[in-house]
Amino acid sequence: MFTERMYQHNLMRFLLLFSRQGKLRLQKWFTPLTDREKKKVIRDVMALVLARPPRSCNFLHWRDIKVVYKRYASLYFCTGLEDQDNELLTLEVLHRYVELLDKYFGNVCELDIIFNFEKAYYILDEFLMGGEVLETSKVAVSVSMENADTLQETMEEYMNRPAF
Amino acid sequence: MSPSVPLQEMIRAIRSARTQCEERGVIQRECAAIRAQFRQADNGGRSHNLAKLLYVHMLGYPAHFGQMECVRMIASPRYSEKRVGYLGAMMLLDEKQDASLLITNSIKNDLSHSNQYVQSLALCTLACMGSAEMCRDLAPEIDRLLRASNSYIKKKAALCAVHIVRKVHELGELFVPAARSLLSEKNHGVLHGAVVLIIELCEQNPETLERFRKTVPDLVQIMKGLVLSGYSPEHDVAGISDPFLQVRILRLLRILGRNNEGASDSMNDLLAQVATNTDSTKTVGNAVLYETVLTVLDIKSESGLRVLAVNILGRFLLNNDRNIRYIAMTSLQKIVGTDHNAVQRHRGTIVDCLKDQDASVKRRALELSLALVSASNIRSMMKELLLFLSSCPPELRAHAASGIFNAAERYAPSQRWHIDTMLHVLITAGGDVRDETVPNLIQLITNASELHCYTVHKLYRALLLDISQQSLVQVACWCIGEYGDLLLKGDCQETEPVQVTEDDALDALETVLQSHMSSPATRGFALTATMKLSTRITDNVDRIRSIVSIYGSCIDVELQQRAVEYNALFRKYDHMRAAVLERMPVIEKNSPGHTNGESTGEAVKDVPTAKMKQGEPLLLQQPANQVHRSDHPPGPAVDCLVSGLSVHAAGTAGGDLLDLLGGFEPAELSPVLAYDKGGVTLTLSCEKQSDTGLTVTLTASNSSDSDLSSFTLQAAVPKSVQLHMKAPSGDSLPARGTAKVTQMVVLNNPNKVNLKMRVRVSYTRQGSPFQDTVQIDSFPGLDSQL
Repeated sequence: MFTERMYQHNLMRFLLLFSRQGKLRLQKWFTPLTDREKKKVIRDVMALVLARPPRSCNFLHWRDIKVVYKRYASLYFCTGLEDQDNELLTLEVLHRYVELLDKYFGNVCELDIIFNFEKAYYILDEFLMGGEVLETSKVAVSVSMENADTLQETMEEYMNRPAF
Repeated sequence: MSPSVPLQEMIRAIRSARTQCEERGVIQRECAAIRAQFRQADNGGRSHNLAKLLYVHMLGYPAHFGQMECVRMIASPRYSEKRVGYLGAMMLLDEKQDASLLITNSIKNDLSHSNQYVQSLALCTLACMGSAEMCRDLAPEIDRLLRASNSYIKKKAALCAVHIVRKVHELGELFVPAARSLLSEKNHGVLHGAVVLIIELCEQNPETLERFRKTVPDLVQIMKGLVLSGYSPEHDVAGISDPFLQVRILRLLRILGRNNEGASDSMNDLLAQVATNTDSTKTVGNAVLYETVLTVLDIKSESGLRVLAVNILGRFLLNNDRNIRYIAMTSLQKIVGTDHNAVQRHRGTIVDCLKDQDASVKRRALELSLALVSASNIRSMMKELLLFLSSCPPELRAHAASGIFNAAERYAPSQRWHIDTMLHVLITAGGDVRDETVPNLIQLITNASELHCYTVHKLYRALLLDISQQSLVQVACWCIGEYGDLLLKGDCQETEPVQVTEDDALDALETVLQSHMSSPATRGFALTATMKLSTRITDNVDRIRSIVSIYGSCIDVELQQRAVEYNALFRKYDHMRAAVLERMPVIEKNSPGHTNGESTGEAVKDVPTAKMKQGEPLLLQQPANQVHRSDHPPGPAVDCLVSGLSVHAAGTAGGDLLDLLGGFEPAELSPVLAYDKGGVTLTLSCEKQSDTGLTVTLTASNSSDSDLSSFTLQAAVPKSVQLHMKAPSGDSLPARGTAKVTQMVVLNNPNKVNLKMRVRVSYTRQGSPFQDTVQIDSFPGLDSQL
């Protein structure tokens, strides 16, 4: 574990979306952790972020990582960063993800993400990979999602039944 | 896009459950149904079942029985099923599960699928949870995709390669040529991926870094294109063209320019251009500026550019946005050592940030303020810091108090100022100070002989006001005991005279003795002080005698023991009493008196509900017993007194007295053996230089019968720790330990991560080279949480 730590240089270690009531809506992990460790991270980070007063700074420290979070309506978007990383850019990354969700769902709200969680993941996977930004163009991500969805639909039509 | 009705119905059902119990019931039923479905043959509804399971998993319920279903779905020819299957694999499987190996083959096949969206699923999953074996297996395939495919796949392959290289460092070599050629692509996604890959390759292998240095001109060109180009709708974010790519390129330039004059020179103009042209009204522009500043400060930039960078940070400090102020201070903290004067210019703004509402900003301001204290600004800075201490959030108090002590220690303009400052801290934040504060302060007071009168008066007054702060009360009791005669004399030049009678002084001490707020250690101090007064007062000796005899039957064993011994002193050894309770000699300073950094570590700081260690001084379990050692049994009083006397007679030897003060940790401890093999031993000793800095001295010795030559030591530490190895004393270790080699390693641990160091020992013995590695996990003298 120590060796890994010495060379690991992700942009992000994890991405969590949760509501003010502490319900987790999305979790993406960019480093290998056991289930127990994941639960601990979620518990601790959620507690820290939910305790912050409004109009606080969007950065805080937890163990040896920097936590960057931003609240959008009823959802907190929260990520953990390596020490070297640029917090301001990470805020932009979070914002970009929200914009992508918004473009896809049209005026996205928490319910969209609850009822279509798999789509939220698919969009995330077109934007970030391995903790790094994959595609910097909003348009390109939207186009990929459209094409992938079309591919899925075409298959469904062909098979003459809905996928799920 | 057809809505998934069964999935959404289930979600609705779960959400409408009114209690946790009801929710569990719904989920149990659904899981049972899902399990049953999994066992059935393909019924076309497989993907919706898995999706339901994944939802349930996200709520925190167990879903491991879905792992095999993921494996099956991934192998399905249907895209819809693959899509959910791969998602499931990323959520439910990780490299530690055995089931993850089963998907290696599917991934391999899908990497060469005719449809790019299928390829993309495979790449994404591999980059998410690919184990080292899978990476080794599939690396050549990824390399192929890096060279010959469309942009969509190339960019994904690039980040997949990054993951592979992180998992299996040796595979880095494989990707170097492809990475190099990708820099000439036009597609931003591919470029970005290429830059990230190159960063990873360079950071892992210094030789690769050398090779990639030649790309600096190309990178400069690309950046110029981004900065100077007109509006590009596809990549524009608030007027900045592709900030993500810009920041990444700046990061790569930083790595390539570090420690290299040539490379740094060729990027100077570009950096100046970016620094001046980037619009700083929005966060995104500031993100780019921030990265530029970090790069300028890290490479060998010319001084004009450096000044520009620090000025940008200065501007950030004045920004309304808290985030910007926060990161400005973080960066200034990094350069406060090297560009001290430049940062000093912004001291005023930084000190103002101490008053900010936000806890994170306050913390940063505190760290930076402490770093900026110097001999020329000590008085004004201390005023601000003391003000801060009185209103600062509880989680920062211990750190602030210890920082103030350090600063006072180093730059005190006068002894009186020093004592006043320490007293002020004890009065304001006595509960949060470090354990060694009490002996430190006592030592300081004994050294300032002209101020004894002033000090005891001040402490007496403080004691009358408040006896709840243990550290303060302990010091006060000690002083009243020691300098009671000065207190009673009443006249003191430095402060208004106040008439203190013998009864007043004894009242004060008795109040402490009897108060339930006093800790056992404090009461010990008070009792001893009372005893000492018996030689310094004239009228009320009987009162003291009775106090002492009362405590002879006290429940607290420590107090009882003392009282019994004092009683004995009264009854049988009255002729010795005066000598025994004489004024203490000046205590020798045996160590720099450093405070050992925070005992509770970084983790606790931001959690408002976490408990702080309440500075209950542990060393006072063996309390500052001025008469005799407390670990002697109470039995033969003669023995105790005799040994006590001999210790007292030995008097001025600083070591003995420090032992009496019990557990006073010197900053340098005896060396620890870190490595012992083949006659070669390596010992390690540490010295704390500051809150985050540590100097480690490695001493090597050779007890074997053959001489060793070309002896070298190399060290590696966790990433956020800065390491600087000084030149070794030599490189030959003669046989039978006739000479040693020492080497100093200076460490700086600003994030206070768990400090570990890996040391590689290499030498040549009788013509053959030898190499070994040892990992050092604990450093003598460091708190375990540092």
